[in-house]
Amino acid sequence: MKIQRFAGLAALLASTLMASSAMAETLRWARASDALTLDPHSQNQGVTHNFAHHIYETLVDRAVDGSLTPRLATEWYVKEDDPNVWVFKLRHDVKFHDGADFTAEDVVFSLDRARSENSNMRQLHSAIASVAAVDDHTVEVTMTGPSPLYPNNLTNTFVMDKGWSEAHSLQSVQDYAAGEDNYAVRNANGTGPYILESREVDVRSVLKRNEAHWAETKPQVTEIIYLPIAENATRIAALLSGEVDLVQDVPVQDIERLKNTAGLKVETGPENRIIYFGYRMDDKPLKSSNVADKNPIADPRVREAMHLAIDREAIKRVVMRGNSLPAGVAMPPFVHGWTPELDAFPAPDPERAKALLAEAGYPDGFSVTLDTPNNRYVNDEAISQAVVGMLGRIGIKVTLASRPVAQHSPLITGDNTDFYLLGWGVPTFDSAYIFNDLIHSRNGHFGAYNPSGYADPALDAKIEGLATEIDVEKRDADIAEIWAQVQRDRVLLPIHNQLLAYAMKDNLTLAVHPENQPLMTMVTYGQ
Amino acid sequence: MLAFILRRLLQSLIVMLAVAFIAFLMFRFVGDPVEGMMGVDARLADREALRDRLGLNDPFYMQFWTFVKNAARGEFGISYRLQQPVTQLILSRLPATIELAVVSASLALIVGVTLGVFTAIHGRLPPSSRETLTALAAIILPALALWFLGRGLLWSFGAAALIFVSTAFWAKSFFSQAVMAVSLVGVSLPTFLIGIGLIFVFAVELKLLPSFGRGQTVELWKGWSTGFLTKSGLLSLILPAVTLSLFQMTLIMRLVRAEMQEVLRSDYIRFARARGLPESTINFRHALKNTMVPVITITGLQLGSIIAFAIITETVFNWPGVGSLFVNSVQAVDVPVMAAYLLFVALVFVVINLIVDLLYYLVDPRLRVDGRSGRA
Amino acid sequence: MTEAPPPEAPVEAAAPARGFWARFWDSDVFWSYRHNPVAVVSSLVALTLILAAVFAPWIAPHDPFNPATLQLMDGFTPPGEAAMSGTVYRFGTDDQGRDLLSTILYGSRVSLFVGFAATLFSMTLGVSLGLFAGYRGGLADTIIMRVADVQLSFPAILIALLIFGVAQGVIPPNKQESMAIWVLILAIGLANWAQFARTVRGAAMVERQKDYVSAARIMGVPGPAIAFKHVLPNVLGPVLVIATISLALAIIEEATLSYLGVGVPPTQPSLGTLIRIGQRFLFSGEWWILFFPALMLILLALSVNLLGDWLRDALNPKLRQ
Repeated sequence: MKIQRFAGLAALLASTLMASSAMAETLRWARASDALTLDPHSQNQGVTHNFAHHIYETLVDRAVDGSLTPRLATEWYVKEDDPNVWVFKLRHDVKFHDGADFTAEDVVFSLDRARSENSNMRQLHSAIASVAAVDDHTVEVTMTGPSPLYPNNLTNTFVMDKGWSEAHSLQSVQDYAAGEDNYAVRNANGTGPYILESREVDVRSVLKRNEAHWAETKPQVTEIIYLPIAENATRIAALLSGEVDLVQDVPVQDIERLKNTAGLKVETGPENRIIYFGYRMDDKPLKSSNVADKNPIADPRVREAMHLAIDREAIKRVVMRGNSLPAGVAMPPFVHGWTPELDAFPAPDPERAKALLAEAGYPDGFSVTLDTPNNRYVNDEAISQAVVGMLGRIGIKVTLASRPVAQHSPLITGDNTDFYLLGWGVPTFDSAYIFNDLIHSRNGHFGAYNPSGYADPALDAKIEGLATEIDVEKRDADIAEIWAQVQRDRVLLPIHNQLLAYAMKDNLTLAVHPENQPLMTMVTYGQ
Repeated sequence: MLAFILRRLLQSLIVMLAVAFIAFLMFRFVGDPVEGMMGVDARLADREALRDRLGLNDPFYMQFWTFVKNAARGEFGISYRLQQPVTQLILSRLPATIELAVVSASLALIVGVTLGVFTAIHGRLPPSSRETLTALAAIILPALALWFLGRGLLWSFGAAALIFVSTAFWAKSFFSQAVMAVSLVGVSLPTFLIGIGLIFVFAVELKLLPSFGRGQTVELWKGWSTGFLTKSGLLSLILPAVTLSLFQMTLIMRLVRAEMQEVLRSDYIRFARARGLPESTINFRHALKNTMVPVITITGLQLGSIIAFAIITETVFNWPGVGSLFVNSVQAVDVPVMAAYLLFVALVFVVINLIVDLLYYLVDPRLRVDGRSGRA
Repeated sequence: MTEAPPPEAPVEAAAPARGFWARFWDSDVFWSYRHNPVAVVSSLVALTLILAAVFAPWIAPHDPFNPATLQLMDGFTPPGEAAMSGTVYRFGTDDQGRDLLSTILYGSRVSLFVGFAATLFSMTLGVSLGLFAGYRGGLADTIIMRVADVQLSFPAILIALLIFGVAQGVIPPNKQESMAIWVLILAIGLANWAQFARTVRGAAMVERQKDYVSAARIMGVPGPAIAFKHVLPNVLGPVLVIATISLALAIIEEATLSYLGVGVPPTQPSLGTLIRIGQRFLFSGEWWILFFPALMLILLALSVNLLGDWLRDALNPKLRQ
């Protein structure tokens, strides 16, 4: 008892001393959900990557403007005599948390693991033919063809220690059929700025600053306590009552109140994510419509009518309380290929929309079911609800089907929806990423999120060509052409880019990260 | 005796099998598990391969048999969402739920029995209008005064609540009538609203109590972490425990009151009164003792339902127990966890039922004829 | 929702047993009603709320269930203030610009429909099974009562969640929204039948021993007929009490399910869905979006509960002095 009290006193004394020199800062960081796993190659999911970025590191990193910056790799280039080979020069004097040296072998091991059978990161590395270490600090990645943009795919692929992984038989990623869990799911050994100290899934994780980290400037936060709180009201209450320092997922309706609360502040900024509606537009009749013999949305006039019915400014003002950037193209402004002309959108014109519907043969409209997630994007359900009303006004009777995202996504990937809301983040900051999944017809690796039935072989070929096109100008022209056709055919119905809001104690500063993956190394204290 | 126990065990087994079957149906029908496990653009062949290895292409009865076999060994596979063994996940969350349930049940029992006895004894007569008016005035006037003095609504409500509790001493029949009415308000309010209300008042406005989680925990042994030993752990327990106990509290209070009122009307109490025994002896020695058997039975049974009722409370307070694990799993269609939780709750109920039945059998000789008859 | 009679005037069921109702009204139940202000007030409140909900399409100033008429720009208008469009909404508007007064009226319609239908369903199921078990006895009795035991010890919410989960898997995705309300009724109904079964079964077992039943049996009246014609009327009292209480319970269960995210679509919200929506605005100052639906739910549940409470005391002969 006595000892305990003494220890407590010492700790208190220490913490006051440290605080005065701004050395020991504990940050209690709350957000809506926990990282799914610690295994860096198991889930391609934002929250999981965000957490992993504190423990593990990637070869390259992305700056806020979208350009690539060095992390574990100091430079990278296409090999002079072979356009299919990427060369990565690695950082010297980097150590893993357990003290092992970081070498080229670790990178080879990690890339092979990331493209192994159970890895969820595999699609990003599907163009790799082989990976080889040239010397301790040089890695050569041989691709199956020219891949000028490949380094863009590396910003979330983390490097593990080969020795540690082999000691715990981590050569493969979690296999659900195996019946036991992979060691890497609950243990971590990276090179990153923080070391995992303890972790209770869904409850709390503690990270301590890595004093041996290679970066010259040490982060101000010495300890991170990561607290997933699922209920919005509870999460905000925790901030208001001073139990947490930083809330990453702030509901838009609470921004004003938090801004006006003494001792708190809110940072907002655009996320690199477009919120849009998609629909089936091929000739097969819709599954949920009263029009049973054909698909009304296949008619371009109906699609135009739907676009004219949407009042994006009203959605921004009321549903998003001003926290969105209305969009006319399904592409965030961060993305290569974006132009203000593409992003222009028509003023809502319900009268014209009604006329178009009548012209297309639907003077009384038609009915359709809209599938919406209700726990994934900012106010996703409310946006869909508002759109139900706007389409209702021109005669399209929409039934709203609202589900958690885990049940919503399979509807889209499984071709089980007529009309749906989805958000699309663009981690590569390039239009090709959008085309591959949303525009290209469903075929192999392409069109995973394209249940529209829109298929144009010429367009598909053009999209596929973007991956290997080395001529930058030709590539830009292709991108512009593809967008022109997508806009002309109204393949997607964009609504807005959502703004993110981080709320925090007013003595700390953290800017909004466009991919919603803020690093706590960026947190600074003081006014 | 042996035959009775055997029959009960057999029945319990059938119940567990039935629940297992429902759990298994969920495996089959709630979404495609492979969808959740594989990446967005896993190829069709990969999906089929995984389905094969998971046994999803086996005939229906084979799959059920495998499921039961594994469940009996406590193996529910790997959580789709968190990639950890389900049994381990549930075990690590169990202490939080059990501690919350035990505290809530005790709270419900103590307050419920006290109020039940009180309202049974003092609630037989309707309060006189003078008593009612005095009490109401005593509650409302100070509250209004405080409000006018600018101390804010919370002070007013606090004062009103304090005076209301004090009416238990000087306006007894008013108090018992009011408690009965308030208890109905409690039953009519959904648990989640009570929880949010408590967070708003005690965490946000008054900043007295934590709004989420269990605070600091100490590991006792083998992964059993307790919140009983730290100040923040105890403070964190208050709001969820109160929220969770309110419904059971009302139930127990009304049950005790009803039982007590019946007993108080019985002949032997009248006889005791006629003998001139003091009221307190009659009430507590004779009457209460006779009402406790059904009360304890019901409480025993309710302990199980508190554990399951905790789903909502745990969600609101971010309490890291099995209930919030279940809700998160439902949202993410994490079927192994859902199925395991269902079987776990069923097991708790079956065991409690079994114990209650056996106790009854030992305590009440009349039941030995029938095996079982209506209990409360 | 009009098919279930208001609890204090259960007239329709009277036909088969005239004698019973005569006894019912001659008894001191009605006397007790007139002399119990709580019962009178709560029944009036319940009746008003139910009527307001039933006649919502004629009373409500707007039609919140027709999305085409909504003014999104009128969203978040405080009670009594003029909105963007100039309209004044007495209870304010919610995040979609729906008039809260109308939405609450329509919402209670949904809630009451689910409540009444679920109660009716669990009552029919429970009474039939209870009568069967009590009258038949033997293996049927054991099985039914065991199932009821399990059902009773499982919290209704969990059962409802499970049924909802299974239904989600069975019903094709594009039918789920139109089926949602029926799944909800089924889920809540299936979760609440055991109380009825237990009570009826107990009473039926007692009645079975009585002379008039034996007499009827000797006269050759078939079993089911005896059960329904003779035993049933004698257990109607307790059944009515349970029905009243489970109506309140069903309304709250619907709200809780909606809070957990399984419920009717947000474009046709019930009170529970409205509360779930309103709860988001608890900290941002738009208190009315949560307050009015919650108040309505509490009033509804409370008045029905008070009525049930009174009914139980009034029908319990042991409590009469």
